[in-house]
Amino acid sequence: MVKLPIYMDNNSTTRTDPRVVDAMLPYFTEKFGNAASRSHPFGWEAEAAVEEARDQIADLIGASGKEIIFTSGATESANLALKGVAAMYKKKGNHFISTAVEHKCVLDPLKRLEREGCHVTILPVDKFGQVHPEQVREAMTDKTVLVSVIAANNEIGTINPVKGIGAVCKEKGVLFHVDAVQSVGKVPVDVEEMGIDLLSLSGHKVYGPKGVGALYVRKKNPRVRLEPMQDGGGHERGMRSGTLAVPFIVGLGAACDIARREMPEESKKTFALRERLRKGIMDKLPETYLNGHPTERLPGNANISFAYVEGEGLMMGIKDVAVSSGSACTSASLEPSYVLRALGVGDELAHSSIRFGLGRFNTEAEVDYVVDLVVREVSRLREMSPLFEMVQQGIDITKIEWAAH
Amino acid sequence: MPYSDKILEHYNNPRNVGSFDAKDPDVGTGLVGAPECGDVMKLQIRVNPSTGLIEDAKFKTFGCGSAIASSSLATEWLKGKTVDEAMGIKNTQIVEELALPPVKVHCSVLAEDAIKAAIKNFHDKQDVEAPAESREPVAVGG
Repeated sequence: MVKLPIYMDNNSTTRTDPRVVDAMLPYFTEKFGNAASRSHPFGWEAEAAVEEARDQIADLIGASGKEIIFTSGATESANLALKGVAAMYKKKGNHFISTAVEHKCVLDPLKRLEREGCHVTILPVDKFGQVHPEQVREAMTDKTVLVSVIAANNEIGTINPVKGIGAVCKEKGVLFHVDAVQSVGKVPVDVEEMGIDLLSLSGHKVYGPKGVGALYVRKKNPRVRLEPMQDGGGHERGMRSGTLAVPFIVGLGAACDIARREMPEESKKTFALRERLRKGIMDKLPETYLNGHPTERLPGNANISFAYVEGEGLMMGIKDVAVSSGSACTSASLEPSYVLRALGVGDELAHSSIRFGLGRFNTEAEVDYVVDLVVREVSRLREMSPLFEMVQQGIDITKIEWAAH
Repeated sequence: MPYSDKILEHYNNPRNVGSFDAKDPDVGTGLVGAPECGDVMKLQIRVNPSTGLIEDAKFKTFGCGSAIASSSLATEWLKGKTVDEAMGIKNTQIVEELALPPVKVHCSVLAEDAIKAAIKNFHDKQDVEAPAESREPVAVGG
């Protein structure tokens, strides 16, 4: 028997790996020093731990430890990258390029920059959620200072051709920021090979703690400079003042170290579970659709639309399984996911979508349980669905004049 | 957001799921909502021509658990009422009975709309005006 509830929302957050917790604990108690204290062993010990974490993170993404800035999470990292570049490079230009499927932590800072006088081009994506290097090239002007692209999307798992986009940026001398929150530790990321100048990552998406993240800031070819967002003690090369959260930084480092060593095996295992889930559900249920790219996607992500069944309604039926829905029935607006919309998924199918996020701690038994439950509940809800009934009767529901409410 | 026990109870054991023949002259059908908004309710009543009472009611709903529960509850309340009495069912009563959270109030509004649409459809078929202010039973036949 599987233990309920089952956690299958690993694109949202991950359980902190017990090995990570073990690494962190001493830094709350006996090793509590301030990493900025240069005058005694408590400080030296904390500083050494922070520097080790820097190297562990750098090793995972092909960078050098000196290029890692610690933050409170990827939202802060992305804000610092975008606004820091805008302020530092304003003499060079004020044009930014990004995509329609970015996380809000990129889209909203860009909106703010736009209000403050910058120009922002938001590129559309194809039906799989990808943006292509040629689109980026065509959007560039002589005022373009930065391109920001999500490496792998949090909702649909689609992986973007980051390397190709990085090459265009290099060629044009434009800075390249990558939101790699979902891809770091799941698929290979290499800042050199991919031509990345700035990269945001988060602790809690890689089995590390919440409340810590990092920003990679390239040191040479080119040396990227950022205007800091907050003033203070001049920590982190002056780019991010504030006493370092040593236990959390140690945790992020340990999480990245585990990810680097175990990624080859783990991604295979997660992929196998994902495919077991996807095939199990989609082979048994007609009119189900995989949102996102069929192959260029995160190993653990399956975003599936179940026609004629509303996503939140389905989530209640599978309430012992933690997943997410592209239906926005609970939010203030009734608009479904903007990511699914950007792919051209109709609103009806967007309302019918469920995101399954498999991860390190999921098992085959859990997957089998979820497959059975989902198949049973979708079938039950379809029997209860007026749309399903109409389609069975041969009525084209797209031709009906629905009264939008 | 935790759901009330009553929502879960209706969701897990929905009352009166199904359909009547929409062409039956004694049946009124209401279809409200839109797939792209994430809610569609079909609610049907069957009126006894001799008594004017709603003898039976059925629903099918595409929507969240609160939408399913609201329509399930509505069918329960409709049974045994006159058509006039049924017109008096208010969404606020559904909100209260199911303890719907504010973000789900629109589900109860949709259920009230579905009731009114079903009654209107019934009246249209009976070729009579919508119920007057008088409390007389609805005329049948014609």
